[in-house]
Amino acid sequence: MLAASPYNQVRTYNQDLDGNVEATISVARLRKRFGATTALDGMSFTVRPGHVTGFVGPNGAGKSTTMRVILGLDSPDDGTALVCGRPYASLPEPMRLLGSLLDAAALQPSRSARNHLLWLAHSQGLPASRVDAVLEEAGLQDVARRKAGGFSLGMRQRLGLAAAMLGDPQALMLDEPFNGLDPEGIAWMRGFLRSLAGQGRAVLVSSHLMSELQDTADHLVVVGRGRVVADTSVADLLAAASGDRVMLRTVRPAEAAAALARAGGSVAGADGDGDGGALIVTGLAAGDVVGALSRDGVPFSEVSGHRATLEQAYLELTRDQVDYRAQTAGEVPA
Amino acid sequence: MTARTAVRRSGPAAAAGLVAVLRAEWTKFRSVRGWVIGMIVAAILTVLVGVFASGNASIGCGSRPNGPQLTGKACLPYIPIGPGGEAVSDSFYFVRQPLAGNGSVTVRVTGLSGRYSDGNSQASAAGQGPAMTPGLVPWAKAGIIIKASTRQGSAYAAMMVTGSHGVRMQDNYTGDIAGLPGAVSAASPRWLRLTRSGDTVSGYDSADGRHWALVGTATLAGLPVTVQGGLFATSPQYLKIQPFFGGASIQSGASQATGIFDDVSLHGGWPAGRWAGLAIGGGNRADYPAQGGGYRQAGGQITVTGSGDIAPAVTGPGGGFPSSTIEQSLAGIFAGLIAVVVVAAMFVTTEYRRGLIRLTLAATPRRGRVLAAKAIVAGAVAFVAGLAASVLCVTLGVPRQRAEGLYILPVSGLTEARVFLGTAAMVGLAAVLAVALGSILRRSAAAVTAAVVVVVLPFLLAVAVLPDGIANWVLRLTPAAGFAIEQSIPHYSQVSTVYSAAGGQYPLPPWAGFGVLCAWTAAALGLAFVLLRRRDA
Repeated sequence: MLAASPYNQVRTYNQDLDGNVEATISVARLRKRFGATTALDGMSFTVRPGHVTGFVGPNGAGKSTTMRVILGLDSPDDGTALVCGRPYASLPEPMRLLGSLLDAAALQPSRSARNHLLWLAHSQGLPASRVDAVLEEAGLQDVARRKAGGFSLGMRQRLGLAAAMLGDPQALMLDEPFNGLDPEGIAWMRGFLRSLAGQGRAVLVSSHLMSELQDTADHLVVVGRGRVVADTSVADLLAAASGDRVMLRTVRPAEAAAALARAGGSVAGADGDGDGGALIVTGLAAGDVVGALSRDGVPFSEVSGHRATLEQAYLELTRDQVDYRAQTAGEVPA
Repeated sequence: MTARTAVRRSGPAAAAGLVAVLRAEWTKFRSVRGWVIGMIVAAILTVLVGVFASGNASIGCGSRPNGPQLTGKACLPYIPIGPGGEAVSDSFYFVRQPLAGNGSVTVRVTGLSGRYSDGNSQASAAGQGPAMTPGLVPWAKAGIIIKASTRQGSAYAAMMVTGSHGVRMQDNYTGDIAGLPGAVSAASPRWLRLTRSGDTVSGYDSADGRHWALVGTATLAGLPVTVQGGLFATSPQYLKIQPFFGGASIQSGASQATGIFDDVSLHGGWPAGRWAGLAIGGGNRADYPAQGGGYRQAGGQITVTGSGDIAPAVTGPGGGFPSSTIEQSLAGIFAGLIAVVVVAAMFVTTEYRRGLIRLTLAATPRRGRVLAAKAIVAGAVAFVAGLAASVLCVTLGVPRQRAEGLYILPVSGLTEARVFLGTAAMVGLAAVLAVALGSILRRSAAAVTAAVVVVVLPFLLAVAVLPDGIANWVLRLTPAAGFAIEQSIPHYSQVSTVYSAAGGQYPLPPWAGFGVLCAWTAAALGLAFVLLRRRDA
């Protein structure tokens, strides 16, 4: 999907990086207030190469602010943000190291797509041939000379992605890139992001909808109220959310509960009611549940490990954050 | 703060960085058609307004006796050119004799009197010319002069008493040095002396004939061996200017002056040994009275009466003939400036409106470079538009003015280049100022308004609305002072005319006014730089 580019300038930069050659984005203890609002409250995480890292949290959790701080656009009250071990603002041609897409609508409507990329290329010392290359990658070659103001949000997202890819960077940072994409565009974007990570690039993708990142991100930084709530691989998060719960379907719930209690388990709740309903069992693995019921001769129709969806896991994690925000909204001094 | 700590680069790497940002900003500018069109419109607007403004003179001179009604060019008198290439007035009554080689002339002046017509009085009697009131105009002159020849416009140096500016030494039309102050009278005479040695003429004055002071020394390049020396009197036209809101009422009329000399003593090579009278430029000027000049010699006393002036030509009512300057064709610059500052301010503010500034600053975290590149691109484009417009304006406007009978006061090639390039640079600086304001205010409406209010409005108020005193302060202190760079003919304090912004006369010299605009631009850029670095994008 992404053609090998002759502009592997990253290596040149890496030689200047005092041994810190990994393409990473790392933020540490970021704090930032806008008036009475705390936007960032000790935000810390690291984005590693070769992974798509999902940056998720409710609206207002500080995702965009963090990204602006990483790009040197906003200055934090405290803490550091480094790209490949250096502050972004100290990079001479920064888009060759970190490509970014903050706002797909940020363009001059009367300028053509190609000219929008051309001035960016000039600013990074990149040739015009690079512009044509990324236009093709983003599938925009046919509309390259049309005014960008007439683009749909989906086309603007592609144009923004093309801009981020101009410098063939080792790290990418995209703010809500799925916004405005049709299902085909979402599928294309997912494939594109995974291929970038597959090439060893570090990819940070923010979203307020966990479902968008399903099957795309392999690592998650979940944030709420300006700080990291969870920094975990997708597999670990799902396991934690699923816990050791087992779903049991039986026509004799009372007997089953007694048998399980003797085996050291407990019934956490019913899923459905009465006969044929499902029980949620905790404290026992699925195999142990089957053993205990068989020993006591309790009939059952189904025993299975309970699997949470990524969405459920995410809601579990951020429920407190959202509730807290809703409660305190009225307490903020005017 | 840590996130914005930048490792400073310098030398070729930094220069390459600036070139990259310049290319980027230039690509941005040229790829928005509206901006390119806006700059072209600025140039066209300048030319249209300039040519329109320069084509509305209506000149007639039917007052000559026994002649047909004359209009336009036919009204122009012969206008001599001085040694410096400038148009001059050179009309006076000359009581002269040749001076071969070196020598000196010394006189005592015991009186200076005159008469003038205030322009309102009815003719006293048929054929007698206008009624004259006794009195002196401020620059009525009588004294001694050494002049290369009797040709109008030839080199000279002179010592004189004046109507109200004391003793002066003047040379080659533009030179003017003050000597003894105070009016001359029989009770308070003045002694004057000119000494010629080769190309140099030195002027001295004395209040008692014994204690002499050197007033000045003039070098008259190429002065022939035999020159003309002697006594003279002349008097420029009477001028009464009454300013009122938005303009001035002007009364003018002919005047003449009479100087009374005695104790004339000559040393050196004066072979003729006797005086001869000659009206230099007589009858050429409208303000030269028909019964004007002459001289009378009685005993040791010589009385010389003359009218006219020995001075640089100026525009306005003091000029004596319908004249104009090349920069009169640049009257449309203010209109073009409005378009220029709108485009230049929008060049910055649309980026804020669209959020594009974040992409710009993410591409170039060195924010000062972004501001510098934007200023250079907008300034350079505006400079080119301003240069094209000013050259076109003068090329089209000057022939139109000439065709209408206006005499365009000539200036040197260097001055002409300064007017063109300086006007273009002023337009460029205005664009840079607008870029800075755009960066400071970040909103199109606010920035465009501020740029127009700061650059264009003070100029319009000064030339069209404000009384002269306030207008001159506005043109000293605001960025509109930069308009002074257009002025091709300097302010000559030894010539009375209307010196006002409306007439194209600025209170500051060209480069000083330009410097005021530079200072404003630098201050705005400095503030924009600090704010751009300090504020979150």
